[in-house]
Amino acid sequence: MSRAGSPSARRTGLPLRALLTGAAVVVALALPLVLPLFQVTLLVNVLIFAVVVTGLVLLTGIVGLTSFGQAAFMGVGAYTTAVLTTQAGWSTWLTLLAGFGVTALIAWLLGLMTLRMQGHYLPLATIAWGISLYYVFGNTPALGGFTGLTDIPPVHFFGLSLTSPRTFAYLALVCLGVVALGAQFLLSSRVGRAMRALRGGPLVAEAFGVNTFRLRVQVFVLAALMASLAGWLYAHSQRFVNPTPFSLQAGIEYLFMAVVGGSQHVWGGVLGAGLITLLREWLRDLLPALIGAQGNFEVIVFGVLVILTLQFARRGLWPLIERVLPREEVRLLPEHSRLPERGKPQPGTPLLEVAHALKTFGGLRAVNDVSFELRAGEILGLIGPNGAGKSTLFNLITGVNPATGGRVTFAGQDITRASAGQIHRLGVARTFQHVHLLPDLTLLANTMMGGYARGRAGMVASLLHLERREEAALQHEALRQLERVGLGEQAFTLAGNLALGQQRILEVARALVADPTLLLLDEPAAGLRYGEKMELVALLKRLRDEGVTILLVEHDMDLVMNLVDRLVVMNYGEKLAEGTPAEIRANAAVREAYLGVDMAEGAA
Amino acid sequence: MDFLQLFDPTIFPVLAADGLTNGAVYALLALATVLVFAVTRVIFIPLGEFVVFGTLTLASLQLGKVPGTLSLLLVLLGAAALMEALTWVRRGQAGRGLLTLGGAALLGAALWALAGWAVPLKPPLWGQVILTLLLVAPLGPLIYRTVYQPLQNATVLVLLIASVALHLVLTGLALVFFGPEGSRTPPFAAGNVTLGQVTLSWQSLLVILVSALLMLGLYFFFDRTMPGKALRATAVNRLGARLVGISPSSAGTLTFTLAAVIAGLGGMLIGPSVAMTYDSGFLIGLKGFIGAIIGGLVSYPLAAVGAVLVGLIESFASFSLSAWKEVIVFTLILPVLLWRSLTTRHIPEDEE
Amino acid sequence: MTAVSGAQPAAPLLLEVRNLHTRYGRVEALDGVSVQVPAGHIVSVIGANGAGKTTLMNSIMGVLPSSGEIFYQGQSLRGVPLEARVARGISLVPERRDLFASMTVADNLQLGAYSRRRENWRADLDDVYARFPRLLERRTQLAGTLSGGEQQMLAIGRALMGKPRLLLLDEPSLGLAPLIVRDILRIVQGLRGGGVTVLLVEQNARASLAISDEAYVLETGQVSLHGPAAELARNEALGASYLGG
Repeated sequence: MSRAGSPSARRTGLPLRALLTGAAVVVALALPLVLPLFQVTLLVNVLIFAVVVTGLVLLTGIVGLTSFGQAAFMGVGAYTTAVLTTQAGWSTWLTLLAGFGVTALIAWLLGLMTLRMQGHYLPLATIAWGISLYYVFGNTPALGGFTGLTDIPPVHFFGLSLTSPRTFAYLALVCLGVVALGAQFLLSSRVGRAMRALRGGPLVAEAFGVNTFRLRVQVFVLAALMASLAGWLYAHSQRFVNPTPFSLQAGIEYLFMAVVGGSQHVWGGVLGAGLITLLREWLRDLLPALIGAQGNFEVIVFGVLVILTLQFARRGLWPLIERVLPREEVRLLPEHSRLPERGKPQPGTPLLEVAHALKTFGGLRAVNDVSFELRAGEILGLIGPNGAGKSTLFNLITGVNPATGGRVTFAGQDITRASAGQIHRLGVARTFQHVHLLPDLTLLANTMMGGYARGRAGMVASLLHLERREEAALQHEALRQLERVGLGEQAFTLAGNLALGQQRILEVARALVADPTLLLLDEPAAGLRYGEKMELVALLKRLRDEGVTILLVEHDMDLVMNLVDRLVVMNYGEKLAEGTPAEIRANAAVREAYLGVDMAEGAA
Repeated sequence: MDFLQLFDPTIFPVLAADGLTNGAVYALLALATVLVFAVTRVIFIPLGEFVVFGTLTLASLQLGKVPGTLSLLLVLLGAAALMEALTWVRRGQAGRGLLTLGGAALLGAALWALAGWAVPLKPPLWGQVILTLLLVAPLGPLIYRTVYQPLQNATVLVLLIASVALHLVLTGLALVFFGPEGSRTPPFAAGNVTLGQVTLSWQSLLVILVSALLMLGLYFFFDRTMPGKALRATAVNRLGARLVGISPSSAGTLTFTLAAVIAGLGGMLIGPSVAMTYDSGFLIGLKGFIGAIIGGLVSYPLAAVGAVLVGLIESFASFSLSAWKEVIVFTLILPVLLWRSLTTRHIPEDEE
Repeated sequence: MTAVSGAQPAAPLLLEVRNLHTRYGRVEALDGVSVQVPAGHIVSVIGANGAGKTTLMNSIMGVLPSSGEIFYQGQSLRGVPLEARVARGISLVPERRDLFASMTVADNLQLGAYSRRRENWRADLDDVYARFPRLLERRTQLAGTLSGGEQQMLAIGRALMGKPRLLLLDEPSLGLAPLIVRDILRIVQGLRGGGVTVLLVEQNARASLAISDEAYVLETGQVSLHGPAAELARNEALGASYLGG
């Protein structure tokens, strides 16, 4: 590999983190044998709860969707297995799959109904769903009403009946291990990057071809399936079910576990599940004695604890632990194959055509009858004073906010009504005026986000890490593009550590990973220092020489004049002028628009 | 039970009146929910607990017992005063910090003395109502100061999680203060009034009347007075409001005071018709909430209408399918959400 | 930074900004900016997009946290929250105007006087209506339904209702047609007579220099040029930085 000399690639000499993980696994495996029986039962509960919370970490911590209904999904899994094993005599392994089926269907329907809307409708719907299901369980005689169903058979494993908590603990451990590992795999994959991108709003994710609605539904269903698995475990560890552990209050507690532990980390969720469960046991003994009455007073302490966590450590406790742990090392995969590349148009052929574009907001014509053409291989600048309609035109070309009238054609296809993702897949990649990066991820991971549309791996392949070949190709493509823009040395540092100028260049690299035919840059020089601007100009010139077509919305005249082949000038939503930099410089109307009206002229 | 019985002329009006009475209180809660959300972005789940505190505090007073509400009030007052004093000290004005602490101590002592003196005397009903309001209403602004104000810049979801946590705390405290048994307060007015075919209890009529008057009062407050307009302004444009000198904290404090008064009054109004226990608040609050969601968390009239509808549906459901009442009411939210999701346009993030 | 003229303004300073730094995360939007605004003057700040003009206004107003010193009437504004700055007589008309769109013009204006509730604001309302007769015509209309120019008048009117000593105007000409820009700037010019000091941010460089006493040019978070407005208007370098030579 040509980058063998890259200093940061495998810089962590000590696999300390791997050692620590190994030690944690050994301790976990020893616990069911070492602990007294009562505590093993408690351990089983912690493990089961941790499975639910892992789903919540993906849903709430990573994607930013909140659900209070996870306990209800757990109930679906538990009741499905309870009914089918006791009343139909099914095998416990078959009922697990049946539970998955029922849960997935319900979660999918709920997701379809609520996930198109703003963030707070999902949690509200899950509250309603959590309450309703509790009463459905309690009021259905076939489900045993509020007393529940008993005599649920134990799980059999190769003739071994898992009746004792000690043996059952191993089943729970394996389940948690599989779920947590799957979650970690998912997070370090194409789909995981898209999930993280969703958190900062749909804009970036959609610009790189992510179907944000479908992805949200998928993650919601995945989290529900994890809860369903936990419900199955719970039913067979308790050997009876009743509605109480699946009530809304339990659903709230799972969310608390995620929040207190650290909802953005898989291990934070496990930590939270352990902490809250142990704390509850301890408080159950302590509080009634203090208050002098019976009742579940521990919720008072939990509530206060959660409010304090939100006020003082909004990201939960795990980040505090993470600080003392060695940093996770980034592993580069060996490259087996390269990603397929797009055929590029002949230089000089028409690439983008905007014809009589019109965009109105209410009565205001933000873009009024604007037409221009862009040919392959050229750099076109779109300039104009603030409020001239440049950004609106930009949004209209990128599909963020489609035109009210007129026609936009790209590479021979009508894209006037196409979505941002569809336009991206045709070969348009963009940067943002306000930098949209994930500051907590490395430059490499940020850049790889740009290649989302070039990959195929779905949720399942990502969970199982079956997409390593594609991931490797993406990694190396991203590294190549980082080197192309001159950021190769810093590939493994965090994006948040870069200065603004470098962040903008990182956005260019991210766009380049998409292998675009057309690169759209939205005010790339805004806020840059002189030296940074010069670097940007040099980079863009180099890219043009390498055959990339560029459309640039910019305010800085200096930069534009020295860079572009042609210019389109806008003012008050209309095209004011079009031509070479020299022609534009000589244009009186443009001078007027830029330096503004003369107060002396025509004034009293 | 026969479904058609619902439309029996002797049963239908009774159910409708019941539904309207509860619906009127849900409507008040829906308005408070919309108000709190619009001004502070807090989805105020614990509103239902304020209803419970209203009813059960009044019930305690009627027994001549000093309710636990007082100790909660004093603890919160202390915490809020400490936080406020700390802010002053950090700004380098330790003197004002001390003044805050002193003032809070004086206020706390006065409330404590007042409750200790007045409660054993068993004042008349109107006196008990005022005393209840004095104990419940300040909880609103104090909770805002201690719980939500430090989270002012947090996302709606973080605020929602805090709300749910607070709901648990208040439910737990209600159990400590009032015990597990439910209480029903005596009606404010006895007897029935007959209007044509319909017989309505004076109590129901009173509830509907007071609710309507409160709504009218709120309308006047928001439409005519400077503080009311300031709250609307904060809801419409937070930065704009700050630029004319309306601080988000003072708007939040006022909003939470209003919400606490509305919910506390609601609790006292509904107390005679519902057997209230320490944990009834959640469901009551959520029913107001469904009304608020029907109004999209923005429209006051739609929210009120939605809440009355919830009351009616609940009343009819409790007659024919009483065990499934809650399921019906809460499943109702799903078609509403579906309708909202189909009619709300997906607006991409603002990028200028 | 280059001073076009070394002469110090004679009038007492109403606002003095010393070595102001404002950051967005790790990005420094203002990098040691110093600005002096003498009482009764109109001072304009000009510069390209992203130069930090709006950041400067928001920092002075207290919308954004910043480090460095801001003195207003000789007193430091450190630790003074936005609302208290309004009460002390600073008003900002923000770039996005931030009107109360679903409230009437009259309500918007009345709320402008929120910080001085107990004083008689009705007389000031008449003053504002006299200055902007269009707003009187539209007083019962919702602010969101006004045209761009009228919205800008309302935003300025709302700020004036607070009886400010210092008015911060952020891009009042943004998105407005040239004739309306001229109207608005003339109104700004007229404020000086009423004892209001103005700090004006504009892209419309020529017009804003024409009505200003002093001006500062901001470039990537730093003051690159400052001096009397008339001298800056004749400055060749300024023309170059706007039209690329």
